Amino acid sequence: MTADTPVISTRDLSKQFGDYVAVDHLSLDVRAGEIFVILGGSGCGKTTLLRMLAGLEQPDTGRIFIDGRDVTDTPPYERPVNMMFQSYALFPHMSVSDNVAYGLRKEGLPRATIRDRVREMLGLVKLEGLEGRKPGQLSGGQRQRVALARALVKRPRVLLLDEPLAALDKKLREHTQFELSNLQDQLGVSFVVVTHDQEEAMTLASRIAVMDQGRFVQVGSPQEVYEYPATRFVAEFVGSTTLFAGIVRESGPEGVVIVCEGIESALPGPPSAALQAGASALIAVRPEKIQLSKERPEAAAGRVILQGIVQDLAYYGGRSVYRVRLPGGQMVSVSAQNRIRAAERTLEWDEAVFLSWARESAVVLQG
Amino acid sequence: MSRSQGVNGQRLFRAVTSGLPTLWLCVFFLAPFALVLKISLADPVIGQPPFTPLIDATGSLHLTFDNYRLVFGDSLFLASYLGSLRIAALASLICLLVGYPMAYAIARTPQPWRTLLLLLVMLPFWSSFLLRIYAWMGMLSTHGAFNTALLTLGWIERPLALMYNDFAVYLGIVYTYLPFMVLPLYAVLEKQDPDLREAAEDLGATPWRVFMDITLPLSLPGIIAGLMLVFIPAVGEYVIPTLLGGLDTRMIGRALFDEFFVNRDWPLASAVATVLLLVVVLPVMIFQRGRGGAHP
Repeated sequence: MTADTPVISTRDLSKQFGDYVAVDHLSLDVRAGEIFVILGGSGCGKTTLLRMLAGLEQPDTGRIFIDGRDVTDTPPYERPVNMMFQSYALFPHMSVSDNVAYGLRKEGLPRATIRDRVREMLGLVKLEGLEGRKPGQLSGGQRQRVALARALVKRPRVLLLDEPLAALDKKLREHTQFELSNLQDQLGVSFVVVTHDQEEAMTLASRIAVMDQGRFVQVGSPQEVYEYPATRFVAEFVGSTTLFAGIVRESGPEGVVIVCEGIESALPGPPSAALQAGASALIAVRPEKIQLSKERPEAAAGRVILQGIVQDLAYYGGRSVYRVRLPGGQMVSVSAQNRIRAAERTLEWDEAVFLSWARESAVVLQG
Repeated sequence: MSRSQGVNGQRLFRAVTSGLPTLWLCVFFLAPFALVLKISLADPVIGQPPFTPLIDATGSLHLTFDNYRLVFGDSLFLASYLGSLRIAALASLICLLVGYPMAYAIARTPQPWRTLLLLLVMLPFWSSFLLRIYAWMGMLSTHGAFNTALLTLGWIERPLALMYNDFAVYLGIVYTYLPFMVLPLYAVLEKQDPDLREAAEDLGATPWRVFMDITLPLSLPGIIAGLMLVFIPAVGEYVIPTLLGGLDTRMIGRALFDEFFVNRDWPLASAVATVLLLVVVLPVMIFQRGRGGAHP
């Protein structure tokens, strides 16, 4: 095992339930100390993948390696990974400290060691004083931390987390996100997190894998996945985006130009080697990359300027989201920071506005 | 107006839902029990009814504890009580040992089959209990199905004594009451969250440890319910020991029947019945209290 041996990896992993292909010839490598987040909608196979890593599900084909050792046929109770269940799965008949001690007892460690490690772990997740409580006497946030402590106390090579924050309310979720990252930093354990919540994925991940129909569509840092989505699915699933569909007119080193139906001027985009003239293509623009103005902005090289009418606006306090209708009927969503107070807001419903963005801030995708 | 009607309706609903079971208990349990208690304190007489009235012709109260003295003084009754408790306790345990794997397997079976298996467990209830015990007699007798089969196969040389002994009584009780064990066990096992077992396995527990640490302790309420549902009726069982048991199979149900219908000593029989109730109900009540204290 060398320093850059992945902590956990899979090769060509597949799992099928009847006709439904949950995981489709999937390979992944999780490096030491990283938070690898698998992001996907329900039914994309992410939970099945996690369960196979834990050993709770047997793959149809493919191998799983932990520290380079093949563990495909190793039962869950002998794998150096632990899982935090979405339901937390706390043992209702055991106290908090018995829940946390359970895994250590199964290892047959001496009593004193178990006591010390349980105390240390409960301190780490800030559960001192609740040792004697039963899970039924805890709040949702406390239960989540017991589940986390129980899975971490065994010092696994990899901690698997299935929708770790889904059962918490929004405030607690934001708080816990940072706590999870801190904890991971302190312990140096690799995390593999499965979630359908892209915000959760963004804040937690060192790398995100976007999963669809049993495959990884894109793997990269949160910035890469957000700023440079590889496919239409990623662009739409991660954050919101406006897509303009059209045909490539020019494709060169300075960029592509795409003719879209219903839009008078051709839209320029950054260069794309994969797209030749005549191919169908998409231009994706994130809402915050677009500027809104009442006056026509000054034309500049590589600047896209379109005109539209405010169809809808939603006020979120810190920012507002506008839905602007172009003359051809296409809807564009634009988000803008509310730097001045809403009472002094200048844009209203049914008002004519100009949209503009820099050519480089758009993404060109295959149609 | 409509609000007060709603409140009244609610009150009525509460009165009916809590009142009905109480009424049921009074009419079908407490009143008959009071009658039995009254008769147990009377003297037997030859006549109709075969016991002395509570208040005699002179208007004075007539109470006697002679019957209880008889019950506790007679070693035959004592042996019958102990025999009943022993047979009922052992039969309940056998039911548990047989019923637990059954309930466990049914709870793990995928759906269309699970309903079918449950139906099969309950199927015997669709025919008469007495008929089924007679069927067992047919199978267990000297020239019954089992002995014939074993003789034909040459596995035995002479018929086995399968009937008119304690073995047949255990068999009959386990056979009859097994569904009462399986159903409550199935109910708790089916409700158990599979995540709990997987979590234990993930934390390093072998399948056997998962069963001992998680599945078994969490099914305790079902085990207790099943044991009581088998034990309580089995203690007072009359038909099975009478039809399948030997002369030396002492069970209190038989003693009770003999006092009532053979000796026609209703007061003594009533005393036996009252003591039986105490023997069964008191331990159960103490047990429930203890449990209630342990799990707030």
